Formats: sequence, structure tokens, C-alpha cells
Amino acid sequence: MAISNYIFLASALFTIGVIGVLTRRNAIIIFMCVELMLNAANLLLVAFSQMHNAHLGKYFPTLASDAQVFVFFIMVVAAAEVSVGLAIIVMLYRNTHSVDVNFLNRLKN
Amino acid sequence: MNITQILFWLLSVLTLGGALLVVICKNPVHSILSLIVTFFAISGHYILLNAQFLAIVNIIVYAGAIMVLFLFVVMLMNLNAASEPQRNKYLLYGGTIAGGSLLIVLVAALKQSGDAMNPVQLKTGSIGLVGHLGKALFTDYVGPFEISSVLFLSAMVGAVIISKKEHQA
Repeated sequence: MAISNYIFLASALFTIGVIGVLTRRNAIIIFMCVELMLNAANLLLVAFSQMHNAHLGKYFPTLASDAQVFVFFIMVVAAAEVSVGLAIIVMLYRNTHSVDVNFLNRLKN
Repeated sequence: MNITQILFWLLSVLTLGGALLVVICKNPVHSILSLIVTFFAISGHYILLNAQFLAIVNIIVYAGAIMVLFLFVVMLMNLNAASEPQRNKYLLYGGTIAGGSLLIVLVAALKQSGDAMNPVQLKTGSIGLVGHLGKALFTDYVGPFEISSVLFLSAMVGAVIISKKEHQA
């Protein structure tokens, strides 16, 4: 497969995540769309690491595994973010009995 | 069209279809289930790309732990399609147009890149195996690895403190 196929796939996945964040008002769905965007970035990192390994593997043997370690750290940070974010959403639901992000307007006052 | 290309297109359709259903579905439980489909398809892509360790970690962490957490929260709040917040129609059109413009800009910019036709497949790929990645993780990246454990600990403590009921005054 050419690298452009993976680039277009990851772009489409990222765009779907952006559209979800912009159009949905449910806080949980917005969180899931952020996960979609993170996964698009992960997929692109892995595809580029394989491309570099196929072309430059004998000159820079550690170049390709660096990207996969970065993907691992992205997953770690995403897991920590989800645990804290869902706690905040549970707190929002407990105070307003809704997961509508428009209610967060009241943070202004 | 060989077997790799057939698998790539099949997994791409699954990935994008699941992602679209996440955005379209009114019921949050259906959105979560289609997001699990998307994560499994992305794991299939990782296996196609010879990144076996990341495929397994993706299934365990995302499709296992994180999606169970989402499902647990949705079940706890008893959300369904009836409790879905009302959507503004203009916001819907505006968001879709903005996202479509972003896709057009990304594709147009990336079509110009010189090495767009470089192949990504490799006959013998061992960099995605757990031995190789573990060696990189515990030699070059041991500092970030330890810091991520501190991040996990602080996230855990923070989640407990945020979701704790405050005392009645």
C-alpha cells in the first residue's frame, strides 16, 4: 500500500472527529470524538514509521521504533485524560442532571 | 488486487463507517458500540502495518478499558436517545461545512507532497514486536516512561477527588 492511502484515511478519520466535536452537544460524545482524532494521529504515526523503516531502515534502525514508542505514550496520556474527564462529566451530571455542554456557560459567572 | 489491499479497504470501510456512526447515532450506547468497531478496525490496520504490539495494546487499552469506562458512565447516568440534548440546525450545518473544508484543505496540501507514493509495507518487520519496543522503551525512553507512571497516579487521585461527594456543611 502507498503511504497516501493511509494519509487520506487518517485525514478522513480526523475530520469526522472534528465534525463530531463541532456538532454534538453531548459531553460524552465529544470525548469520544477526541479519541477518534487521537487515533487518527496514532494511525498516521505508525504508517510513517513503517515507511521510514522500509526506506531508511538500514541507515537509521531506531528511527521507526521511536514513532511506535510515541504512539504508546499517546495511548497512556489518552487513558489518563479519559479517567479525569469522565470524572468531571459525572460531576457535571450530578450538579445539573444533564450532559449538555451548553450548561457549561454558567462557568462564566 | 492482492490480499493486503482487500484487507486494507475492508478495514478502512469499517473504520470510517464506525466513526460516522459515532457522530450520527442519537443513542450514546450505540455510539460507544460503533466506536469499539472502529478501534478493532484500527487494530487490524496496525497488524497490517507490522505493529503487533500496538495492535494488542490498542485492543486492551482502548477497546477494553476505555470503552468499558465510557459504557459504565453512560449506564450510570441512564442516558438514551430521549435525553439527548437538542441540536441547533445551523450549528449542524456550520460544523459539517467547517469539517468538510478542513478535509479538503488537508487532502489538497498532502497531495502536493513528493513521496506520496512510497510503499509502507515491509516483507520482514520486527520493529513492532514487543521485544524491540521494550528495549527502546527501557533504554532511550525510560525517563518519560517513569514520568507517565506519575501522570497515571495523579490522574487516579484527581479522578477520585473530583468525583468524591463533598461533605454537607
